[in-house]
Amino acid sequence: MDVTSLSTAAYIAASALFIRSLGGLSSPETAREGNTQGMVGMALAVGATALLLPQATLPILAVMIVIGLTIGAALAQRVAMTSMPQLVAILHSFVGLAAALVGYASQLGGEHPAGAEGVIHSLALYAGVFIGAVTFTGSVVAWGKLEGKIRSKPVVLPARHALNLVLVLAVVGMAIPYAMNPAAGLPLLLVMTVIGGFLGWHMVMAIGGADMPVVVSMLNSYSGWAAAADGFLLQNDLLIVTGALVGSSGAILSYIMCKAMARSFVSVILGGFGADEGAAPAPAGTGPVGEPIATDVETLVKELAAASSVIIVPGYGMAVAQAQHPVCALTKNLRARGIDVRFAIHPVAGRLPGHMNVLLAEANLPYDLVLEMDEINDDFPETDVVLVIGANDIVNPGAIDDPSSPIYGMPVLHAWEAARVVVFKRGKGAGYAGVENPLFLRDCTRMLYGDAKKSVDALLAGLST
Amino acid sequence: MRIGVLAEQWPGERRVAATPDTVGRLQKLGFTVVVESGCGEKASFTDAAYVAAGAEVGDPLQADIVLGVRPFPFSLAATARRGQVWIAHFWPAQRENELAEWARSGATVLAMDQVPRITRAQKLDALSSQANLIGYRAVVEAAGQFGRFFPGQVTAAGKVTPAKVLVIGAGVAGLAAIGAARGMGAIVRAFDTRPIAEQIQSMGAEFLEVKIQEAGDGGGGYAKVMSPEFIAAEMALFLEQAKEVDIIITTALIPGKRAPILVTEEAVRAMKPGSVVVDLAAEMGGNCALTVAGEVVDVDGVKIVGFTDLASRMAEQSSQLYGVNLCHLLDDMTKPDFRVDMDDEVVRPMTVCHEGAVTWPPPVRPPSATAAPVVAQPKPEAPKAPVARAPKRKKSGHGHAPAASTTPRSTLSLMMLPAAGLTLLVLSPFLPPAFLSHLMVFVLAVFIGFQVVWNVTPALHTPLMSVTNAISGIILVGGMGAMAAEKGSMTSPTMIVAALAILLAMINVGGGFMVTRRMLGMFRKES
Repeated sequence: MDVTSLSTAAYIAASALFIRSLGGLSSPETAREGNTQGMVGMALAVGATALLLPQATLPILAVMIVIGLTIGAALAQRVAMTSMPQLVAILHSFVGLAAALVGYASQLGGEHPAGAEGVIHSLALYAGVFIGAVTFTGSVVAWGKLEGKIRSKPVVLPARHALNLVLVLAVVGMAIPYAMNPAAGLPLLLVMTVIGGFLGWHMVMAIGGADMPVVVSMLNSYSGWAAAADGFLLQNDLLIVTGALVGSSGAILSYIMCKAMARSFVSVILGGFGADEGAAPAPAGTGPVGEPIATDVETLVKELAAASSVIIVPGYGMAVAQAQHPVCALTKNLRARGIDVRFAIHPVAGRLPGHMNVLLAEANLPYDLVLEMDEINDDFPETDVVLVIGANDIVNPGAIDDPSSPIYGMPVLHAWEAARVVVFKRGKGAGYAGVENPLFLRDCTRMLYGDAKKSVDALLAGLST
Repeated sequence: MRIGVLAEQWPGERRVAATPDTVGRLQKLGFTVVVESGCGEKASFTDAAYVAAGAEVGDPLQADIVLGVRPFPFSLAATARRGQVWIAHFWPAQRENELAEWARSGATVLAMDQVPRITRAQKLDALSSQANLIGYRAVVEAAGQFGRFFPGQVTAAGKVTPAKVLVIGAGVAGLAAIGAARGMGAIVRAFDTRPIAEQIQSMGAEFLEVKIQEAGDGGGGYAKVMSPEFIAAEMALFLEQAKEVDIIITTALIPGKRAPILVTEEAVRAMKPGSVVVDLAAEMGGNCALTVAGEVVDVDGVKIVGFTDLASRMAEQSSQLYGVNLCHLLDDMTKPDFRVDMDDEVVRPMTVCHEGAVTWPPPVRPPSATAAPVVAQPKPEAPKAPVARAPKRKKSGHGHAPAASTTPRSTLSLMMLPAAGLTLLVLSPFLPPAFLSHLMVFVLAVFIGFQVVWNVTPALHTPLMSVTNAISGIILVGGMGAMAAEKGSMTSPTMIVAALAILLAMINVGGGFMVTRRMLGMFRKES
């Protein structure tokens, strides 16, 4: 058996293992095993490819692998679960940059086949570099916004759609002269990379904080397509398969996120969303009038102690306040009293798909208490107390009954159907979308103002005495 | 608009349709409230308390909306006016002869006993709110008549065996009785013809079964008529149990009909002296053959409690709950102005008379997702909790996929595939075969990706992102490929760029897999 067929066999095994690693995520029990299979697949792939390398390059490879693994492992060990979105975003930027670099390495390597194959080769290279560049700058901006280094507010340049269109047309147009003579195409490639980088920057700059789940999953998708393009360039099926897996995974995630926010998939993929929020000011004076009723910790302690079922709706505010540990301690306390406590997770709660689940898991909460919106939405009417912790738009009844609401049509958690809803809120402002929340004015609703973590700690103290 | 609250005239009725608390709620909805003097006296609400809550004391019959608990006395039909709305229990099936007279007045009459059993209407379901109290009170009454402890105890003065309670019919009242009896320490068994073992067990009772297999769910939360064989087996079971248990609580009601006899004279005589039967169906003839409505009878030492006023015995609480049900109804009908909306799926079935016409029974609607199918002859055995408090925890995860997966996949395959296929067919002669085979791999991988990722549970979406981060580090194979192709020196630009790509990709591999591992380690099931 020669080295090439050995490596091909290893690639087939690696592809299968990667598919299994994604398939394993269908349930937490099989997920750990899946992750291990992914690692084995990666080791196989790297080992098999190393067989094809000239001896002299192996030390460089080894050094790079060791440094990369060390940095990656260090990042993974240190990252706080609340900062997962940042880590995921920055890892996307690495993939994007690496994909672009692979394109450049191939360009600099100077071997350009002729004929139809040559055209396909050039176009794959061109596309890989472009998607890689977009992913790179887009992810860096997303990381900056999540980390708080860049203002989260959408930055909207004048005529941004026209500008984007012109730039995309320029990129497409430049592909023709590049494909005609790729050997002399380096300057064109560089110009295109700059444009791609600008597009990625511009696209994500125009999108604000709570839309981050869509942005991050979209960049996840882009990073996959970049890898797939490089696969066509290098005629490497493993790259194509993996890129396609990652690309479709990210596409599905962004689809789910869009559906959860009642936005259209197409407008998101084009980066054309966020514009409505930026342009339309929050409707003033049209919302319901009245003053939310405040409550205090003592009253809530009594209500919780008398309840037989409680649902907790966490949002990004819980992550910001780092309240997941006290919230889980509260859950344990209440469950020890025989109270049925469950969590209701909206798909876009947090800044990353599934962010709330990871935070609650970190705080050692059994995952079978954590339910999705569809699973729990019918249970609110029989619930005594709903605690809304750091969430706002995802429990806004206006999304269902007020066609003038900017978030009308978005599926929301029907918290208001419960006997009592207590909203933990820092201050009296509107939610991310700038929409007044009629939930706060419902008869069943009470507001508990203050830092979520302090409020929950006070609740725990109250329940323990 | 003015709301009038009637003083109940039904003998022994102590409840009232509004409490000072619900008067406050009604005012918040924009109504003014007039109460009949002394209406809340028996439920310990004084006129002064109503006045303090903002109500006037006056003639409720002049109001636009008249509220009551029990069916309105027939004599009031003559005083009703066109445009008025009268709301109370009505039991139209038993009072069909009164309907015409009410209709003649032109007033609208809403029956609180006709609230449809759909999710939206739960907050105004008075039958459930009252049944919950009645179930609890049944246990309290049983305890009052029972000469022994409920819980088992070992004391210095000897051992006490726990009381055994049998609850027949696990609707709202039955489940509440189970909960109350369990709370007092008794051993509880329960029987229902419907397959609701889970709800019964969740309340802490043992679910009794007959040996015959037959589905007992008649739709709409009611049990259906069972076969004679089943009924015989059921009666044998009750007789068997009667010898063993100390307390039997029966809750089987059929709206508009005599209650079924479930505890025969033979069964009563089989019970130990000192035992108690509480018959919640006493008003409707009783589930026990020896029940006397409104009284406690003693049959050879077995006490049979036939009180018909259990909700009234807790008038303060039952009035409050009923009053809140009414508030919810009126709130629902106020959008933004109060009106009787005959297209409303809750209001329509409740309306027995409207604008001069008898509107009961309501037209049969095609079964929908929320409304249970209508059966030809429902023989309800017990009103069921619309959704019982039982923790009906669904399996986490898989619920999401089926609903979400159809749309994108079907759209994709319907719209895109033929177009893509056609394009390929046209282009294929010009494309190199190697490219086509790579394209095939690509397309297949996209499809596999879609299939696999739709099955990922939403709870694991973050690990999904990090694991895709890790495997997209496979791009390092691309860097290695570029390295392999480079024939030049170790420091050529290609080499440097490729090495950098490998380094970056490896950060992904390490970071992605490690952080996924860390996250997945946190997900644990409740032990």
